[in-house]
Amino acid sequence: MKIINMKWFASAAVLGAALLSGCDIPPQETVQRGYRGTGMEAVYSPEVLADLVAANQVPEAIPAVSSDGPKAGDIYQNVQVLGHLSVGEFTRLMAAITEWVSPEQGCNYCHVAGEGFETDTLYTKKVSRVMIAMTQNANENWGAHVGGAGVTCYTCHRGNNVPEYVWNIGVPPRHASGMVHQMQNVAHQESSVYTSLAIDPFTPYLLEDNAARAQGNTALPTGHEESIQTTEHIYSLMMHYSDALGVNCTHCHNSRAFAAWDQSNSERVKAWHGQQMVKEMNNAYINPTNQWLPAYRQGALGDAQKVNCATCHQGAYQPLLGANMLADYPNLSRLAPAEEPAAAMEETTEMESASLDNGSTSGEAH
Amino acid sequence: MREYQNIFTQVQVSAPDYPGVPIGDAERNRTKGIVHNHLLGKLGDAQLGPIYLGTLGVFSLVTGLLAFLIIGMNMLASVNWDPVQFVRQLFWLSLDPPGPEYGLSIPPLNDGGWWLIVGALLTTSIMLWWARTFQISRNLGMSNYLAWAFGAAISLYLVLGFIRPILMGSWNEAVPFGIFPHLDWTAAFSLRYGNLFYNPFHMLSIAFLYGSAVLFAMHGATILATSRYGADREIDQITDRGTAAERGALFWRWCMGFNASMESIHRWAWWFAVLTVITGAIGILLTGTVVENWYLWGMKHGIVPPYPPLEATPVLDPMMEGAQ
Repeated sequence: MKIINMKWFASAAVLGAALLSGCDIPPQETVQRGYRGTGMEAVYSPEVLADLVAANQVPEAIPAVSSDGPKAGDIYQNVQVLGHLSVGEFTRLMAAITEWVSPEQGCNYCHVAGEGFETDTLYTKKVSRVMIAMTQNANENWGAHVGGAGVTCYTCHRGNNVPEYVWNIGVPPRHASGMVHQMQNVAHQESSVYTSLAIDPFTPYLLEDNAARAQGNTALPTGHEESIQTTEHIYSLMMHYSDALGVNCTHCHNSRAFAAWDQSNSERVKAWHGQQMVKEMNNAYINPTNQWLPAYRQGALGDAQKVNCATCHQGAYQPLLGANMLADYPNLSRLAPAEEPAAAMEETTEMESASLDNGSTSGEAH
Repeated sequence: MREYQNIFTQVQVSAPDYPGVPIGDAERNRTKGIVHNHLLGKLGDAQLGPIYLGTLGVFSLVTGLLAFLIIGMNMLASVNWDPVQFVRQLFWLSLDPPGPEYGLSIPPLNDGGWWLIVGALLTTSIMLWWARTFQISRNLGMSNYLAWAFGAAISLYLVLGFIRPILMGSWNEAVPFGIFPHLDWTAAFSLRYGNLFYNPFHMLSIAFLYGSAVLFAMHGATILATSRYGADREIDQITDRGTAAERGALFWRWCMGFNASMESIHRWAWWFAVLTVITGAIGILLTGTVVENWYLWGMKHGIVPPYPPLEATPVLDPMMEGAQ
């Protein structure tokens, strides 16, 4: 009898250890982010946080150069989105982009050796032009989401030709030919964060123009008819937000009333602007590049690889944990002016973005 | 002295085959086979069988197994008939109800039609099994407590998969057949209708569910603790109260002032169990049909505490502001 008890005890101990092995080692750090008792708190494992910090170090900035002197657009040919930079700034940014995007291939990733720098022979050059404009647009027009730190090429690329986290329009996995696959209930999918929810929550909400809202805003029915299916799609999208930012639901929401804005904190408004920004990025910038892309840069349906939250955030609640790389590369902070840039206008824009910095960083609890 | 206890019993009574009481013509509905199993004897009665099938039982099993089979085949089809993937992804796989675009119409077989057929088969199976509980009770001269208790659970099942979807005008409102997917449905259902925790009938259902567990434990413990005085003859002690019933009653009287009786404790337990699913069914039935958002409904009726704003500048819906 005693031997049996020992065996039971040993098995239970092994099973318990196996179950606990998936957990982070305590103690965790908890930061209260909402009204007491609502569970609105950020929980951090110091271990995991250390890894996150290590993974989000920014490369050393190339020393700044003068913005005086002849403009790149006047000296070089076919400079479309960076023509307003001085020659020095232009060269510095080119060097930085090489380090950020094609550290192995160097300049030849976009430019063909022997040809002039002005030729658009390679698709990579044409795409990078659009991507630079996309970055400038995000910094100039989407302060409500990227305000403060802003974004640079490095925010997404981190030394890779293509950012690590991109997505394509989903196709059903292999299934019986006569069956209509429901595009959900598939195991081991990063896009649904390993749940059985929708495997492509991005197309409806980060490409097509749908509001990610399911709840009615009246106590009694008033003809609002979002389906359970829609709710599950939004749920999957929210799981992606959560996974991409390394936060739980209560980073934005009071979980007792997910839809209620007056119960949410301002991070939720930022996330909403993020959704609109990503939609614009995918439609106005990413999709038009598809005409140049080789097949190996396209998805199963021949579409370009697109942006979602993880593309920039990569597991951090703020990309690169809020490091302001844009301060070192202010040339990416606004779109190229349509006409000759006036010096006075330039100053105003910089002042505006500076005041935005203060506004959006003050609310941070971290 | 060796004690006779179920589960932890040290001795087991070995008895000859017991075919049960004679029930006249219906006797042909009973199978003949009887098996004795030592391991079963540790948990309950060591004798397995005979089972009373009858027409109801046979058709219930046939329709139930057919439903089970169709669910499995649909899951297999979704992984391209690959048995390895079927096992690997089993908890994720599902037979989903038709999409919202179909409303209450009959969808194509491969896009929700099988779900409708499985629903019909499973419901038939369950209703036949329910009728069977009446039939067997009658054969044994019992009253119908079991059938009505099972019927209460069936009411919840019917509300979830049939009555409420019809009232809402969409099969998509119903529950999918799958392990994780039906749990996703539960979460999404609460999210869609503004947090089910603020649904008073959901509250009642939880209270009765937890109450059932507590009553079950209290009653089980009381009877086991007094079985040495004859409490194992519970029903006998209802009318002929012996020292076991006295001691059990005194324990609870001294403990908390009030005690149930040997008879009433069983009514307590029965009603708690039955009300768990009946209040649950009412709660589900009201959701979406007469209440759109339980959180806002709770706010309106003062059951949700208001909290102060989280930030100095109130957070507003950016779509309402017309921002950007």
